[in-house]
Amino acid sequence: MPPPKPPPDPPRSNDPVDERAIAAQVPRLRRYAAALAGNLSDADDLVQDCIEKALANRHTLRDVSRLGGWLLSILHNLHVSGLRWRRRRGPEVPVEDLADDLALSAAPADRAEVRDFVRAFNRLSEEHRAVLLLTGLEGLSYREAAEVLGVPVGTVMSRLARARERLRVLMDGGTEQAVRRVK
Amino acid sequence: MNTEPGAPVTEADLHAWMDGELPEERHAEVERHLAGDPELARRFERYRAQRALLNGAFGPLIDRPLPAALAPPYSRGREGVRPRRRLSPLRMLAAAAVLLVFLAGGAGGWWLRGWTGGAAGGGAAFVADAVAAHRVFVVEVRHPVEVGADQEEHLVGWLSKRLGKPLRAPRLAGQGYDLVGGRLLSDAQGPAAQLMYQDAAGRRITLYIRPATGAPDTSFRFAQNGNVQAFYWRDNGLAWAVTGDLDRVTLSAIAEEVYGALNS
Repeated sequence: MPPPKPPPDPPRSNDPVDERAIAAQVPRLRRYAAALAGNLSDADDLVQDCIEKALANRHTLRDVSRLGGWLLSILHNLHVSGLRWRRRRGPEVPVEDLADDLALSAAPADRAEVRDFVRAFNRLSEEHRAVLLLTGLEGLSYREAAEVLGVPVGTVMSRLARARERLRVLMDGGTEQAVRRVK
Repeated sequence: MNTEPGAPVTEADLHAWMDGELPEERHAEVERHLAGDPELARRFERYRAQRALLNGAFGPLIDRPLPAALAPPYSRGREGVRPRRRLSPLRMLAAAAVLLVFLAGGAGGWWLRGWTGGAAGGGAAFVADAVAAHRVFVVEVRHPVEVGADQEEHLVGWLSKRLGKPLRAPRLAGQGYDLVGGRLLSDAQGPAAQLMYQDAAGRRITLYIRPATGAPDTSFRFAQNGNVQAFYWRDNGLAWAVTGDLDRVTLSAIAEEVYGALNS
């Protein structure tokens, strides 16, 4: 009996990531960026910068299976440095109201709720938005979110607790529950 | 987060429990703790609802069509030359116009589904008829319309009767277009109406209207055929197409105006 054929080579994980792999992540990156930045035009700029930076640095990604998180952390860093830059220039006029836009793509019965939610969400700090999105929308574990944000896991947990409570009060009113020390 | 069984339940444990990060052996304890504190349980119910809303509100963004700059190939020209978007007043106006289309029509998603089938046939066939009729009649010098704007009341009454639906000729003076008149047409689905408008420079746009009884409303959709572009939608038992040899932003502003006039 001939020896069993060797299985085909698994994709080598140290191959540099190609455009197609990045492109496959773009819709997800754009969703995250839009929710974080609060509008689609800033999101598109962010994602475009992120793609450029990722392509320029693709050889530094050791493990291709971590591409998603790697892209998110590039985007996060770009966003943070962009914020600093924007703060110096003063506030900009929002180009569009993402809350209305998203409400209109929801079923009519859910529109008011979606609009109110997005408005409340946009009033959270960037830090709070990021941690809620990474864990709640992107499905990252605490550890993965900590890597993307470049902070310790404990910080992710305390930020998450505060962000949830803040958002609850923004949506429901009432007073913020003093979230006890989390650790 | 406390991992040893028997440790007091902390706020962090509760969040970790909700996020599926708490070790299995502590679940029962956390759940007991919550059961004994209805107010706390309510608060975490709200957090859970937040997370559902987060997904419901932002989740659909993943299906939005990507702008060309975000679609591969990315490595056009190594210098990375690309037109950087700057917030020029013109761009903001353009963005505002596009947004208005969204606001008027309902953006993307679930409510586009209704186009296939239905009483008015497919959207593609409809807009093809509208564009064909546009091409035939906008070039007409002597008889662009059957009934002129000087008899608007008669025109509207007649077309309403033939389409079996009350029709209106929206005012588009705000966009610089005045009604020239209209005509009755027939296509594979039966009667259809065309209204023609013209601006001071003699540029013409047409509205094409066909009954779509029983078919669900849709948001604005866009079609292009050569130099002619069209926005079309269904609203309140009628299918509408606004067609013109105009750039997309200008045409979308006109479509928005038409929609607004019909729903005011």
